[in-house]
Amino acid sequence: MSTSTTITPITLTAKDFATDQEVRWCPGCGDYSILAQVQKIMPGIGVPKENIVIISGIGCSSRFPYYMNTYGMHSIHGRATAIASGLKASRPELSVWIVSGDGDSMSIGGNHTIHMLRRNFDVNLLVFNNQIYGLTKGQYSPTSEENKVTKSTPMGSIDHPFNPLALALGADATFIARSMDRDPKHLQMVLTRSHQHKGSSFVEIYQNCNIFNDGAFEVFTEKSTKADEALFLEHGKPLIFGVNQDKGIKIEGLRPVVVNLSDGVNADDLWIHDEHDFYKAQILTRMFDDTKTEGHFPRPFGVFYQTERACYEDVMAMQIDETIATKGRGNLDKLLRGKEVWEIA
Amino acid sequence: MAANEELLQDVVIKFAGDSGDGMQLTGQQFTNNTALLGIDLATFPDFPAEIRAPIGTLPGVSGFQLHFSSNRVYTPGDIADVLVAMNAAALKVNLKSIKPGGKIIANIDGFDAKNLRLANYPEGINPLEDGSLDSYELIKIDVTKLTRESLKDFTDLGTKERDRAKNMFVLGFIYWMYNRSLENTIEFLKEKFGKKETILQSNIKVLQAGYNYGDTTETFTTRFRVEKAKMNAGTYRSIMGNQALAYGLIAASEKSNLPLFLGSYPITPASDILHELSRHKSFGVRTFQAEDEIAAITSAIGASYGGLFGVTTTSGPGMALKAEAMGLAVMLEIPLLIINVQRGGPSTGLPTKTEQSDLMQAYYGRNGECPMPIIASSTPSDCFDVAFEAVRIAVQHMTPVILLSDGFIANGAEPWKFPKADDLPNIEVAFKTGLAEGEDKFLPYLRDEKLARPWAIPGTAGLEHRIGGLEKQNITGNVNYEPENHQLMVNIRQEKVDRIAQYIPEQKLDSGPEKGKVLVIGWGSTYGAIKSAVLELQAEGHAVSHAHIRYVRPFPKNLGELMQQFDKVLIPEINNGQLIKIIRDQYLIDAQGYHKIMGVPITKQELVDVITKML
Ligand code: SF4
Repeated sequence: MSTSTTITPITLTAKDFATDQEVRWCPGCGDYSILAQVQKIMPGIGVPKENIVIISGIGCSSRFPYYMNTYGMHSIHGRATAIASGLKASRPELSVWIVSGDGDSMSIGGNHTIHMLRRNFDVNLLVFNNQIYGLTKGQYSPTSEENKVTKSTPMGSIDHPFNPLALALGADATFIARSMDRDPKHLQMVLTRSHQHKGSSFVEIYQNCNIFNDGAFEVFTEKSTKADEALFLEHGKPLIFGVNQDKGIKIEGLRPVVVNLSDGVNADDLWIHDEHDFYKAQILTRMFDDTKTEGHFPRPFGVFYQTERACYEDVMAMQIDETIATKGRGNLDKLLRGKEVWEIA
Repeated sequence: MAANEELLQDVVIKFAGDSGDGMQLTGQQFTNNTALLGIDLATFPDFPAEIRAPIGTLPGVSGFQLHFSSNRVYTPGDIADVLVAMNAAALKVNLKSIKPGGKIIANIDGFDAKNLRLANYPEGINPLEDGSLDSYELIKIDVTKLTRESLKDFTDLGTKERDRAKNMFVLGFIYWMYNRSLENTIEFLKEKFGKKETILQSNIKVLQAGYNYGDTTETFTTRFRVEKAKMNAGTYRSIMGNQALAYGLIAASEKSNLPLFLGSYPITPASDILHELSRHKSFGVRTFQAEDEIAAITSAIGASYGGLFGVTTTSGPGMALKAEAMGLAVMLEIPLLIINVQRGGPSTGLPTKTEQSDLMQAYYGRNGECPMPIIASSTPSDCFDVAFEAVRIAVQHMTPVILLSDGFIANGAEPWKFPKADDLPNIEVAFKTGLAEGEDKFLPYLRDEKLARPWAIPGTAGLEHRIGGLEKQNITGNVNYEPENHQLMVNIRQEKVDRIAQYIPEQKLDSGPEKGKVLVIGWGSTYGAIKSAVLELQAEGHAVSHAHIRYVRPFPKNLGELMQQFDKVLIPEINNGQLIKIIRDQYLIDAQGYHKIMGVPITKQELVDVITKML
């Protein structure tokens, strides 16, 4: 608490965004870190606490609003995106955050997710992807890898999984990014960027469910493998990875290839990340190989793509303003009277 | 030649033809013309589910029935005095609903070999020629030929375009028959075809040709006139049910200062509410055509959460999809309106036909103990009052409300003595604007005397709070799974809905003595038929009364007592007995039902017969 006597605007800290509710995720769950990072960036985004709304669906992640001292709604399964759409259309000035999981946003709520993205409401959709159904105690999810043995798939799952960022890009999302629970700084950066983006932001966060799917992302998060398996994207910078920062991605024709910088390849010849390049973003989202396969690509993290497009709520408000500007504010008596009336004496 | 004029009191006319023949437009024009003369009326458009069923076939027949009278009119009429049949299929479909001795105006061209075959008449049989219509007054007109002839100077119009004006010929002829002016239709055509001069002139030409045809041929030696009805003094307009719902919502929005948000997915017969509201952006109305029925209601929940008035409109199948979200709204205890314009079910059922079979769904069709107030409209103009009232209940009691209308009311029209904006009551809305003095923590589930909780919307500093679909702790709204708390909250949510009975008017009799032999209780669109039947029996001296229930849940608090004053209670419904089950359950009375579920309204005569047997 500040003891300074100078008059300064009230500055909030992460603590101001915590509630008195006991956090009920399993000890060790990746959700704790995501909550901490969201609470950390909130004081810095420049939005008064009362103008922040967090809407969630159903699932472990969807308990999130209870732990954030903002406005919040823990709604029903899959519908947070649709509720947020209605709220944002009605109150464009609010900062609306949607917290959802892989099942919530891509299985039961898949339809609302793609439609919200194409309409481009200015909201942030955080998808906590743990590739499993945690709250219902361990069934495979729409992002689980093929042949996954779970309670509902004793012989292995048959479904082919979604590639979340490719799905979001396919729905013409104007901002797509990936981060992970175990890299706080990176996650804070991505969350802040998501907030700064005007339009629908789709943020996939790899989140470890240590109870039902422990280690699903460990190749990307553990020190020993992270450098080789994770490729951190930075706008304007070449795609370089590896423990010794000696591997890079080059584009040959329409295909990415992994090259070795020690083989005399110049960093200038590498793929330079451009967040505004839609075509390259599509290739990036497709760098989604099974990490067990020979010669696989590293998995990209960071902001894949960002573009500007009119937001639904702004055009909706504009149509209303234009109508009132040209025709005047509606007159109820005129409306009720209509065009043709008759008198009865 | 000047024909004689005969004064009639009451006429039912039905325009029927192929769905491409423009019968709806013809009927509407004749309706407006009739309304402008101060004649009372009710209409019943009846069209096929397919946008363009095969031309000339029985399923492709589209009809528009109009009942007009110098007496008060409460139904579109049981059977028609006059049938306009544009083709053989239209005659076949409607033959059983023409009065014996009634007039049939048939378009000869629509009875050629092809049309007869399409209407499934046996080879070589033409009802216009074989004497089978001898008990009617048959007027045969070759509308197609006469239309083409009257347009012979319009050389740049093709045959197809000329034929499209056929319905104007019929309309002109009917105008002559009932001694009407063509003016309002000419005005309408000008507005419709304003920039297409040739089309405009050709339509006017054909309209006049139809009129002149009546004048110059001696089809009828008499023309007919129906005088003004004795209605309450005032200014009237014509209104359709869906339009009245939209207007009621706008009026409530203006009177509550709550901007309206409609989340809707297109569905017959509710889509016209979406169309109508989307045209009124000057009132700040936001319409959102959602990706599905679930997003339609949940986006409206988002809007209400944000402090607008959220509405969603649908029909039966859509209601089924919205059920879970309604439960959420019940838990959140926020205002919301769900409008169900009922149609024939189950499943896709009869999309363009009317039914009252979603009452049980509205009452009970959600998981858990999930009570919601239900209000039902009974006539097209009543939709306005009911929509307005539904909004009032929703915001003042902080609850989602279900409004039931149906396809019959939605598309039907009647004269409406519309209110003045100033005469409509204000709907008081009190957002919570911050912590009160001495209040150190916001308690989102602290209630007032109505058991309504505060409406605290995002953007209000100091009231940040979390709500959701999990069971709430009483007062704090925190998640709570304790057994006693759940029992308490279930009871509170029920009591909150029950308590609305103290804030709605008592049930009145629509007509009849306060004590008597038979009380007929109805809800929704059976209003006109019940009213007409009961009035007829009263005129014969029977102690029969009629009560029509607008507030279906909770019922008005005097309903039980009111029913006790009668020996017998009859509840007619267009379903297999739904209101009757609820009434029997709540009041333990031996009510009798009358159920018909054929996609069409119950007629007055059916009810007269049923009631007579009970006397
Ligand atoms: S089940 Fe998994 S995802 Fe859910 S709280 Fe526990 S660890 Fe986290």
